[in-house]
Amino acid sequence: MSPEDTEHLAAMLKQRSGLILGSDKTYLIESRLAPVARREGFANVAALLTSLRTRRDEKLIYTVTDAMTTNETFFFRDKTPFDQFKSDVLPALAKTRLSGDIKIWCAAASTGQEPYSLAMMMEDMRHQYPRINLDILGTDISERCLEKAQSGLYTQFEVQRGLPIQMMVKYFEKVDEMWRLSPKIRQAIRFRKLNLLDNLHSVGRQDVIYCRNVLIYFDLETKKRVLEQIANLLADDGYLFLGAAETVLGITDAFKPMTGMRGLYVKNTAAAATAPRRFGT
Amino acid sequence: MKTCLVVDDSRVIRKVARRILENLQFEVLEAADGLEALNACKTAMPNAILLDWNMPVMDGITFLRQLRKEEGGKAPVVVFCTTENDLSHITEALTEGASEYIMKPFDGEILEAKFSEVGLI
Repeated sequence: MSPEDTEHLAAMLKQRSGLILGSDKTYLIESRLAPVARREGFANVAALLTSLRTRRDEKLIYTVTDAMTTNETFFFRDKTPFDQFKSDVLPALAKTRLSGDIKIWCAAASTGQEPYSLAMMMEDMRHQYPRINLDILGTDISERCLEKAQSGLYTQFEVQRGLPIQMMVKYFEKVDEMWRLSPKIRQAIRFRKLNLLDNLHSVGRQDVIYCRNVLIYFDLETKKRVLEQIANLLADDGYLFLGAAETVLGITDAFKPMTGMRGLYVKNTAAAATAPRRFGT
Repeated sequence: MKTCLVVDDSRVIRKVARRILENLQFEVLEAADGLEALNACKTAMPNAILLDWNMPVMDGITFLRQLRKEEGGKAPVVVFCTTENDLSHITEALTEGASEYIMKPFDGEILEAKFSEVGLI
């Protein structure tokens, strides 16, 4: 791999997905792109990178970006963000959303486990909240991930990561060696392709936003831009969930952490009153 | 220290499970079939039981039914760990009082997640 080619790859990834490729990521590049190089008929990863730089093949650029971004996820990942939704967020919103509709946006939905976990959890509490309807939107930059999310098909390994067995029995059926979510749960989520670097206006007003484990891949300026767009979409009494290793501190004052609730943020209305609106009304 | 009885007729599986469980701070006991496991439980009830389904002498589900009739036999948390991976087996296991169910092949991550799910760790 020539330094010129890896620098070009790093610049392209930042521009396309916001991903910051740290120095000495030769191993990561090699392990993620070797299968792509093989599939696309290149002799090796170095040849793929050279082609990427010299020919501006949009399809190849997309394939490489997709392969380099991390799609790791599992059902009920980290548990806490789901427990907090159940114990604090849902009861609060159930009181104020008189129509019964609660809008949730999973901003980096990957292969769908996060939105589906929410939908299953809500279905389990149906008797407690007969009036409440979760309107869940799942978006991701990767079409490959979204296709899988929409299929609702998971491997035996995937259904054993984080998913309690009672839920698996209740909401999945076995299809050959795979497990498929019931139509009822699948139909509860709308999936759509979306790049967080773009204008997010089309997402519309949301009551709860899950944006976990994606900002860590962005540089400070991109984090700030995405968080401020998110603040504009979030209802004033809405909630933002970030990943366990993420924070708004030192990035934006549009949000403030909720005391005693790790990873959970609310709008900082004091700051919002003085901050200029970026778009919308 | 919590105790876990690993019940499997494969010595290799018992060894793998032992290594994972010891890393999770369990004291591990082993049994090669349901009857051995039942005798071990009569001597001392473990906190947890990792249980295979298909075994000679006495299979896992028969052991579980017998265990629940023993004095103090309702206490151990039972997690199945078997190649049987259809819904009818899983449902039967849960009906008989298993708390979780691992479909083989498994790894340390899955075992840890399942044990955490039922509050053993």
